[in-house]
Amino acid sequence: MTMFSSRNWREYPHRYRREASKFTKSGKTYYPKRLVDPETGDTAQETVVLPDEGKIVTFTVIRIAPKQWGELSPYALAIVELTDGTKVFGQLADCNVDEVKIGMEVRLEFRRVQTESHHGVLSYGHKFVPKWF
Amino acid sequence: MAGIVGYGAHLPRHRIKVEEIAKVWGADAPSYKKGLMLKEKSVPPPDMDTITLSVEAARRALKRAVVVDVADIGAIYIGSESHPYAVKPSGTVVAEAIGATPDIHCADFEFACKAGSEAMYVALSHVKAGEMKYALAIAADTSQGAPSDALEFSAAAGAGAFIMGTENLIAECLFTHSFMTDTPDFWRREHQFYPQHGGRFTGEEAYFAHTKGASNAILKKANMKPSDFKYAIFHQPNGKFPQRVALELGFTQEQIDPGWLAPTLGNTYSGASPIGLTATLDVAKPGDMIFMCSYGSGAGSDAFVWKVTERIDEVRNNAVSTHKLLNENLTYIDYGTYAKYRHKIIKND
Amino acid sequence: MRTVCIVGVGLSNWGEVWKESFRDLHTSAALKAIESAGVDHLDSLYVGCMSGGLFVGQEHLASLLTDYMGMRGLPATRVESACASGGMAIRSAFIEVASGISDIVMASGVEKMTDVDGDEATYALATAADQEFEVFHGATFPGLYAMMAHAHMAKYGTTRDMLSKVSVKNHNNGSMNPDAQYPFKVSMEQVAKSVMVADPLHILDCSPITDGAAAVIVCSEDVAKSLGKPYVKIIGSGIGTDTIQLAQREDITTIKAATLAANAAFKMSGKTIDDIDFCEVHDCFTIAEIIIAESIGKYAPGAAGPAILNGETTLEGSFPINTSGGLKSKGHPVGATGVAQVIEVYKQLTGQAEGERQLKSSPKIGMTQNMGGSGGSSVVHIMEVA
Repeated sequence: MTMFSSRNWREYPHRYRREASKFTKSGKTYYPKRLVDPETGDTAQETVVLPDEGKIVTFTVIRIAPKQWGELSPYALAIVELTDGTKVFGQLADCNVDEVKIGMEVRLEFRRVQTESHHGVLSYGHKFVPKWF
Repeated sequence: MAGIVGYGAHLPRHRIKVEEIAKVWGADAPSYKKGLMLKEKSVPPPDMDTITLSVEAARRALKRAVVVDVADIGAIYIGSESHPYAVKPSGTVVAEAIGATPDIHCADFEFACKAGSEAMYVALSHVKAGEMKYALAIAADTSQGAPSDALEFSAAAGAGAFIMGTENLIAECLFTHSFMTDTPDFWRREHQFYPQHGGRFTGEEAYFAHTKGASNAILKKANMKPSDFKYAIFHQPNGKFPQRVALELGFTQEQIDPGWLAPTLGNTYSGASPIGLTATLDVAKPGDMIFMCSYGSGAGSDAFVWKVTERIDEVRNNAVSTHKLLNENLTYIDYGTYAKYRHKIIKND
Repeated sequence: MRTVCIVGVGLSNWGEVWKESFRDLHTSAALKAIESAGVDHLDSLYVGCMSGGLFVGQEHLASLLTDYMGMRGLPATRVESACASGGMAIRSAFIEVASGISDIVMASGVEKMTDVDGDEATYALATAADQEFEVFHGATFPGLYAMMAHAHMAKYGTTRDMLSKVSVKNHNNGSMNPDAQYPFKVSMEQVAKSVMVADPLHILDCSPITDGAAAVIVCSEDVAKSLGKPYVKIIGSGIGTDTIQLAQREDITTIKAATLAANAAFKMSGKTIDDIDFCEVHDCFTIAEIIIAESIGKYAPGAAGPAILNGETTLEGSFPINTSGGLKSKGHPVGATGVAQVIEVYKQLTGQAEGERQLKSSPKIGMTQNMGGSGGSSVVHIMEVA
């Protein structure tokens, strides 16, 4: 599916720099950024940069992958709770998919997330990698 | 005095052994291992490219630079022969990812394997001239050798990043020298997937002539001799060339050892001598002199004389060492996986 | 608010229906519903469809389908809430009749899923997840439910056997349903040994890709009585929503939207979960049935798996779930599913369920739970014998 380049471009603050909304009243952080605190309706917020380490809360291994993801198949997906408590979704790279476990420590790395055919725009963002150092 | 404020490297964890490639093409693995001193090479997975390697290396350089405010970085230069886009800069993505936009100058450099040292050279010049407080130079590649070509045994991936400045230096740049002629030993035409090369012509008249030309010139300029240096790094298209040129110039195996990565990393092209420098800085002591000479086909060399400062001991451990990335947490892949990762298998769109 | 009834129902052919188009499927279900109700006109139509655009390249469905039903000019609206679109169409029709605006409204659902290849179908379904922050990273629907399954297993000790039992039970029920897409029985071993799609979910944990349409006639009680056909009353209707992004939920071992929808329906009906005799739930994946059985309040968190394994939810059990065979065996044309669930409850309450799957316990109250995406929306209806 073609993704127009502007659609990718406007997500850079989230995808490239892990920017999130921290709402003043509730103190809660949401990733990606949003205009309204979903729980309180407050709008006062500051932009924070999420930490780059966390633990796997849950995961799966996609064994039957859509063609677009075929060269990575099988690949793992995880929800990771970062060290500040924010939960982030993403792919797990550089791992043996059969060794992925809940509680595993990971680090966020900058990766190419989507490659649109041979001529489209390249989409970058985070992937998780097992923390090994 | 201009020099390095912070440095960082990034390497893929995937490796393929020379035997695995040789097996597929009926090539003689021992001759590559002994003749070219190549045991294995790094392979980037499909989600890694020059841009992603650059971002990770740059982030590590920032961690070691400690005091650098990214807003003070006035330029970002990435040298590579494998920029992911033919048209559209790599540097803009990296600058955006580290939060250094929009008040910044950016250019992607290209000069075969010396594009990375060119970026370093220009970044140093900017800060030396007082044009800006810091300049970021990155040397990165995910190069491809044509299947069955000798280059397939060496073409590897990796990145080194350097934040240049004039204060809080971990290594001062005492001298630089560039040496260049038009020598067509290796090239890739527009729209061609793999590079071509001149076979044995890439040796004496190309690599050795230019590496020695630049090295001798800078030694003369600095009024120094090989024994004045603690370490030396040369461009490393394989394990053998840098060793031979080092010994012929009068350097010793001990001097090149920390930055001599090609035997197990392969040829990281633009990244080769810059990543060698990161590995050398990882072990250098305050006061050590480091000699560095790149080589890029086409052809030319950039040489540098570095002097390590006291600050190295404070910041070295702020990021992972290059030798750790080189030697630990490795995954060995077979040729099929390598062919898939490097898009050597023909599929329909 | 007027009492609202369901008086006639119709299902198209279900399965891989190569010979029938999107519009053929809907027309056939609609005409069957009209015929079974015996109504001579409609006041309006609500059609649920998740993604006509991606599956057949067709939006602007309500007018098109009305035209093909032979009812040009009929007020008609398309309703969308991913896989809960059908249930939402029922809800819209319910409101229109309850309010007195209309007396006879058709609620229908349709999806033609086999006019695209598997990849495109996967992509279309994945649009029910967060496009920028889940699908972007390679999320697929089995993947999202698999992540919920791993979390549920880790928290409550839910086992492979419990998941398999959902599939075994639903296929057993579906084997008695002449409309089911996959009316074969499966064994615990077959489920556990079927190909892995997204750990820990195997292919026999997943509902299939299905073409199909379903339609019901929703009307006032006066109309229902005058028609002289079997009818049931809709006594409760509820909707719940939640963030569609899994990572942003407090707890992914429960589906809050289903709890909210069920509670709203209970409140409207004055009933509790204990008053419900049986239920059709949205078992798009086996884990979904386990989590929903807990989220609607039937079982405490972690207790549904063991209960299902013990046979409590079979046709003979104390709380039959998915007597139709569920999405798993009956099939899951996403936009039509919510309407088909209501049809099963209608059939059970009026004694019209085919063959051996008709509940012997003479049920009085049945419930449907239909769900969008990974639980970003849910709609519940409670029906009672007239």
